[in-house]
Amino acid sequence: MPRMNMVQAINDALRLEMRRDSKVIVLGEDVGKLGGVFRVTQGLQQEFGEDRVIDTPLSEGGIIGTAVGMAMYGMVPVPEIQFSDFIFPAFDQIVSEVAKLRYRSGGEFTSKMVIRTPVGGGIRGGHYHSQSPEALFIHTAGLKVVCPSNARDAKGLLIASIRDPDPVLFFEPKRVYRAAKGEVPSEAYEVPLSSAAVVRTGTDVTVIAWGAMLYEAIEASSQAEAQGVSVELIDLRTLWPVDIDTIVTSVKKTGRVVIVHEAPKTCGFGAELVALINEKAFWHLEAPPVRVTGFDTPFPYTLENEYLPLAHRILPAVLETARC
Amino acid sequence: MATNADQPLSFPADMIRVLRADGTLDPEHDPHLAVDDVVALYRAMMRTRFIDERLVMLQRQGRIGFHIGSLGEEATILGSAWAMRAGDFIFPCYREFGAALLRGMPLQRYLDNMFGNASDNAKGRQMPDHITARDARFGSVSSPIGTQITQAVGFAWAAKLRGDDVVTLVYFGEGSTSSNEFHNGMNFAGVYRVPAVLLCRNNGWAISVPSDQQTATATFAQKGVAYGVHSVRCDGNDLFAVVSATRAAVERAARGDGPTIVEAMTYRMSGHSTSDDPNAYRVDDALAPWRERDPIQRVRSYLIKAGAWDEGRDGELEGEFDREMKQAIAEAEKTPVPSIDSMFADVFESEPWHLREQHQAVVQGPRPQRQH
Ligand SMILES: Cc1ncc(C[n+]2csc(CCOP(=O)(O)OP(=O)(O)O)c2C)c(N)n1
Repeated sequence: MPRMNMVQAINDALRLEMRRDSKVIVLGEDVGKLGGVFRVTQGLQQEFGEDRVIDTPLSEGGIIGTAVGMAMYGMVPVPEIQFSDFIFPAFDQIVSEVAKLRYRSGGEFTSKMVIRTPVGGGIRGGHYHSQSPEALFIHTAGLKVVCPSNARDAKGLLIASIRDPDPVLFFEPKRVYRAAKGEVPSEAYEVPLSSAAVVRTGTDVTVIAWGAMLYEAIEASSQAEAQGVSVELIDLRTLWPVDIDTIVTSVKKTGRVVIVHEAPKTCGFGAELVALINEKAFWHLEAPPVRVTGFDTPFPYTLENEYLPLAHRILPAVLETARC
Repeated sequence: MATNADQPLSFPADMIRVLRADGTLDPEHDPHLAVDDVVALYRAMMRTRFIDERLVMLQRQGRIGFHIGSLGEEATILGSAWAMRAGDFIFPCYREFGAALLRGMPLQRYLDNMFGNASDNAKGRQMPDHITARDARFGSVSSPIGTQITQAVGFAWAAKLRGDDVVTLVYFGEGSTSSNEFHNGMNFAGVYRVPAVLLCRNNGWAISVPSDQQTATATFAQKGVAYGVHSVRCDGNDLFAVVSATRAAVERAARGDGPTIVEAMTYRMSGHSTSDDPNAYRVDDALAPWRERDPIQRVRSYLIKAGAWDEGRDGELEGEFDREMKQAIAEAEKTPVPSIDSMFADVFESEPWHLREQHQAVVQGPRPQRQH
């Protein structure tokens, strides 16, 4: 089985889906000739031409608005937003249009598309190349939200997203774009949406993470294990609709839960997860659920490793939760 | 109801050029700069380029994380900034550190930003080159494309509402004319006839996308016609033409005749930033004609011809820039990183309970293994 990093796995998924279905097209800033600023779409324009891998003018609103029209026509657009920090000029189109078209047209039209965008910190990008805005989109009814942590999942989830009938926001954790290397089947395959992965089984504390922070959670879990605390670690993979069964089953077993995400704490996705756990597993809880997150400040440049919920902040939360 | 029927419909296809190949000036648009002023601008352009090159080196050595420079665009940036009056105001894009320095931002302040250290006025919160220089009447750099355009129009509008003689200049690249905010900004500027100069640095590229893929129009300036914004184009590698076009736009704004879009034709001689490798999308040959039109070389030839400069003095200048840069770098590099406290300051004017809680938890908690 070939080894790929996440950039290569996503590129492979796009290539295979574009070969399978001529309606699949890629559009965005610098995606064509350059192959994207992270090189995720490298080589696609050579293979599929300028009509299917399109360097657009510099306008996210234009990219997503035209993608809606293309989707209404029956195409399957896979627009790229260069950084998720730059998705906001398209926020109106995504929130008002992409998310609501199926509902407001009684299902006569849909805006089936996959909006790919790099997310998160850890590349010294300051306020505007580091944010994690997933909660804004989870909050918007009508959008599916995915965030893979590794190459194999990235490929399978992207293929599943492209084949899914609904609009998907596909967040790619840029911090591990090239670091998350592993074996990836060369053929097309789907990792089903809304299915989490239990990446480590344990009995004392459930840790929930996704994207780049999964690796920090793995590190903290190993350290906790060395101190006698057994961690069950869940990689959500799809954030919305979340795989609630996997979460509830695990929390019922451990009675304790720590949620890790890069986005600010307040109204982050962790808040929703805690609410869901309270609703569905409250009587099984042995300790208050804990969130280890980014702070309620803009994302800083120099102090990014203080801001991010890295292993050094996850470990004490896991140990305290286990012991309380 | 007033009509706008007096608006011109002609497209600014012609370019203002002043400095001829033979080193003489075309009298039609000659801004009549004093020789001392040309020397001062030459110096400023040389300094900007020197700093640029040094910062690229620092980035390659891993001492700073990033740099986005103005190689080749010095005449556009310094000529336009110089044409602004002391009380006027500049909204930057992200390539205009040279304009901030020209307007008095101390070099040390710039280097403190580049290193993101504790002395940085924005406390190391922003990426390199994302400077703020209120003292220099220069705004605060933000990465998202186009946002500064409407803001500058609002600033200019406020000055007009308050009856103040302030003209506002805003910089953006030609790629930014595709953004929502360009069109909003142009429309509001036109509707309220605000005293603004919208300076489009047409440097040929938006990262890898060439300018002819950004628009179907022949020029970017002509977009002004549709918004009722006066439009001009100038040779952006001709210092005299840039000063002339910008100064005329400032005078027009100050007179109450409203906004101007100036399209300065220049070229991005480097990659988009230190993160970019332009070999992936453009051939080096494209640079050759622009090297011939190097904005600094053209002014140097002019000054030499005017007997106001000799090549030997370039060495002196470089020695001077080298000394000031070495000192500023050494100082910035030895300054510690910002304090944890600084991460929680300035979210609001004072710290609410939730930030106080988070702040205290970090101070009392463990430190990360790596600072970067
Ligand atoms: C809203 C938004 N989208 C994308 C980006 C990423 N980006 C940064 S600079 C740039 C190109 C800008 O080109 P142009 O406006 O011509 O200015 P130049 O860099 O050439 O000076 C892009 C796409 C961004 N900063 N903001």
